Amino acid sequence: MTLLNAVIFLPLLGFLIVMALPKEHHNAIRMFSLIASLAIFVVSLGVIGPVWSAAPGKFALETNQSWIQSPAINYHTGLDGISLWLVMLSTLLTPLCVLVSWKSIDKHIKQFYAFLLLLEFGLLGVFCALDFFLFFVFWEVSLVPMYFLIGIWGHERRIYAAVKFFVYTMAGSMLMLVAMIYLYIQAGTFDYSKILAGLQSGAISLSPTEQLWLFLGFFIAFAIKVPLFPLHTWLPDAHVEAPTAGSVMLASVMLKMGTYGLLRFSVPLFPNAARECAGWIVTLAIIGIVYGALVAMVQPNMKKLVAYSSVSHLGFVVLGIFSFTQQGFDGAVYQMLAHGVSTGALFLLVGFLYDRRHSLEISSYGGVATPAPWLSTAFMITMLASIGLPMLSNFIGEYLVLQGSSLVYFRWAVFAALGAILAACYMLWLYQRVFFGKASEDLTHHMPDLNFREHAIIIPLIVLMAWMGTYTQSFLPPISASNAVLLGPIDARREIHVRATPPSLTAPRLTAQPELALESKNAR
Amino acid sequence: MPVNFMPTGTDYLRILPEIIMTVAGTLIMLIEGWLGDDKKRNLAWLTFIAFAAALVAAVMANASPGSSFSNMLIVDGFATFFRVLVIAVGILSLLSAVQYLKQEHAESAEYYALLLFSVTGQCIMATANELIMIFIGLEISSIATYILAGYLRDDKRNNEAALKYFLLGSFATAFLLYGIAWIYGTTGSTNLAVIRNVLLSGGSDRNMILAGTAAALMFVGFAFKVSAAPFQIWAPDVYQGAPAPVTLFMSAGPKAVAFAVFLRVFMTAFAPITNRWEPLVWSSALLTMIIGNFAALMQTNIKRLLAYSSIAHAGYVMVAIAAHNQIGVAAAMFYLAAYALMNIGAFAVVTHFSRQGEKFVNIEDLAGLGWKQPVTAGLFAIFLLSLIGVPLTGGFFGKFYIFKAALDANLVWLAILGLLNSAVAAYYYLRVLVVMYMNEPGEATLSIQPVGAGIGTTLWVAAVGTLLLGIFPGLLLNFANNSSALVK
Repeated sequence: MTLLNAVIFLPLLGFLIVMALPKEHHNAIRMFSLIASLAIFVVSLGVIGPVWSAAPGKFALETNQSWIQSPAINYHTGLDGISLWLVMLSTLLTPLCVLVSWKSIDKHIKQFYAFLLLLEFGLLGVFCALDFFLFFVFWEVSLVPMYFLIGIWGHERRIYAAVKFFVYTMAGSMLMLVAMIYLYIQAGTFDYSKILAGLQSGAISLSPTEQLWLFLGFFIAFAIKVPLFPLHTWLPDAHVEAPTAGSVMLASVMLKMGTYGLLRFSVPLFPNAARECAGWIVTLAIIGIVYGALVAMVQPNMKKLVAYSSVSHLGFVVLGIFSFTQQGFDGAVYQMLAHGVSTGALFLLVGFLYDRRHSLEISSYGGVATPAPWLSTAFMITMLASIGLPMLSNFIGEYLVLQGSSLVYFRWAVFAALGAILAACYMLWLYQRVFFGKASEDLTHHMPDLNFREHAIIIPLIVLMAWMGTYTQSFLPPISASNAVLLGPIDARREIHVRATPPSLTAPRLTAQPELALESKNAR
Repeated sequence: MPVNFMPTGTDYLRILPEIIMTVAGTLIMLIEGWLGDDKKRNLAWLTFIAFAAALVAAVMANASPGSSFSNMLIVDGFATFFRVLVIAVGILSLLSAVQYLKQEHAESAEYYALLLFSVTGQCIMATANELIMIFIGLEISSIATYILAGYLRDDKRNNEAALKYFLLGSFATAFLLYGIAWIYGTTGSTNLAVIRNVLLSGGSDRNMILAGTAAALMFVGFAFKVSAAPFQIWAPDVYQGAPAPVTLFMSAGPKAVAFAVFLRVFMTAFAPITNRWEPLVWSSALLTMIIGNFAALMQTNIKRLLAYSSIAHAGYVMVAIAAHNQIGVAAAMFYLAAYALMNIGAFAVVTHFSRQGEKFVNIEDLAGLGWKQPVTAGLFAIFLLSLIGVPLTGGFFGKFYIFKAALDANLVWLAILGLLNSAVAAYYYLRVLVVMYMNEPGEATLSIQPVGAGIGTTLWVAAVGTLLLGIFPGLLLNFANNSSALVK
């Protein structure tokens, strides 16, 4: 029983306890959920040390126990630098989500908090699972509470959004299930580490066609979750209709399940297929970056705007991953976390506004800065972080991604940078329309400034944005170490599968001139 | 060698469950005459005791496996598995029927006797090692079930259901019998092992074609019983028309055991000509899944929805048969057990909810149940999630194992299409969840009574079973794996 298992299963315990509490005691339920989720966060702090000191390429706090004998399925969990911060993000955001729902959730309170804790259980499991079957179990388990959170406590079109969200993800994950079982039949195990080692050493051999289909099976499931253009259409619906806590968990953590899956499974397991598909995947990612930003710009609804900005930001993550460079990988992971913090904060702030005005339309605001200066300040910092202003979190991630992708193919970086510019346009314009100008009498009346609870929610995130933007050494080393190991055999600069490479450009020269080599590949 | 036709003690032990249930059923019919109308409820206890005793006997019989009565019956792990399953289904459907019969003022002894006879027939099918025994078991089970389907004889829908079930069922049984006649003509035997040996030893092409035709004819009979396409037409009408607890019973017991016989015949006797029937089962599996799932999308009646869902689930089991390997057999066994549990649970909720005269059977009627009766709705949600195939439920692991078997047999496309089908299925099950949790309570929900003891027990047993099978599938899977070798 490692500390990690305690972190994974405490939310489940919390869920069961909340379910057992009498439903009339609203405050007791809220207090319990808050204390429980805070306690889980505190416990989860303990996992940082072991991961930090673990040898690169090794998982810390591993548990590997037989769960089902035949087929051989193990309860195998562990943490490395890639999953560490995603786990921390989940445990940090859950208490904040409990707090933000304190007043705004007024019906079926017991079930709401129960589902929130169940969701945390699913998410933590996804990031810690090192067995494909276990991963799939958690992947699907996290779907159910989110479906209820959107469907029961959401806004008008909540049912449509919830069902769309569920069916979309389900369709993708079924393809992943086929790929997983196929891989199991080839490898004889569901164990991630064993399969990875087997594939890299050649003990498990897959034909190029098999690799391609398996890669696509996983890829579609992950791409739906990310979401990658053009599979993103469930996202705006789900975000707009979800309650604030649902939006936060969805944007900050759940979308990362997709990018995490790409980084952890798709790319390392099927590097050849990933490299072959990189061209069109990156194209889709860049389309997503620019398209997401452009669509965000014309949204009249704040939540929808933030949702489309997520499509844009997540495009950067995919771009980073499919650049197959150290910087790209590091940037991708960093961007996942930065996006989690900044977009989570944006959704929280939009939730604050909604609590006051009960509207998400930008047009029903204006001049909020006058009655609510603290709210406006918090929103401004968060918005600037989201744009990618230096000294704030997102800048690091975007910069690393752009650097990584420009190493491979300079034009990618140029197009992607467009997205960063557009981000400034839509965010600043949003800020201007909502916070500046003259406040109407009616608005001033209904716009108290942040109260203590809301300060408590937003300040930790703002501190984190500044911290992540200024002192990356607190976060980046374990990420880089783990990425380096993953990247080792598949580095962009080490050609392994470029059939069209002219004979004159042989391997030794490639190491010296990476750009050239990949250019020839893309010219194919 | 002189053959001794006198049955021994072991022979009797091996059919002890059937004996117990037949005796109890006959006794119930005899006793009924002496009992006043208000006492007939007590017969449910007698039925329960008979089922419990039969269950114990079935487990005991497993301790001395082997064949009996000149190889007509065989007790092996596979037979025990299905005997225990159908007896358990009998118990659960008894528990959920008691209250229903009371509210419909139809507490007569026949119900219990018919239930016992039907399960007896199913047990015979599970142990049958020979085509005539299969036929006899099937008839015992079916005739009792036909009558049960029309049990409330003043109810028009019951009558329609029974008549439809009877006419189409007889038609399908005729196909089965015709197939048996053909195979007897071709191989000179009705014993599964003998047929297998004859087919293995090869023969003229003409004989092989005859055997293939016989397999096809028998396939028609079995496909009807398991409601596989294109012989599924009867299922929605019958499931909708029959009394809810009978539908609960029909969708679990007879179906599971029909699959058992299907598996046993096709995996032993017809195993040598797999290449002839595999495409048939393959296409039927695909068609069944597609018809079941897509038709279910449009239903407004919950019984009809579950009927189409049961067709779709038959399609998943057909995938396991199409895989025609040992894992497929184990997967089918596991799935049928998981399916029986979750489906019984779902139909028990319907039985509880529909009230007198089955007034409330529309999906919309369930509106707000999640807040009015959170426990019932929560358990129903577990069954629905299991039917969707969400992990940590039996339904998921069963599906996982079936599609693993399919991929083992290289049926990649069937697996992909089947799993995509289950994403479609998510949509209509979710609709029920949506109505239960996301709509405001309506008339039906507001007037609901607390859950009775019988149905409550059924619900909890089914839910705990569903979750156990999902979290610790090894409990059942190891047994299924060990008894999936049908060729002795």
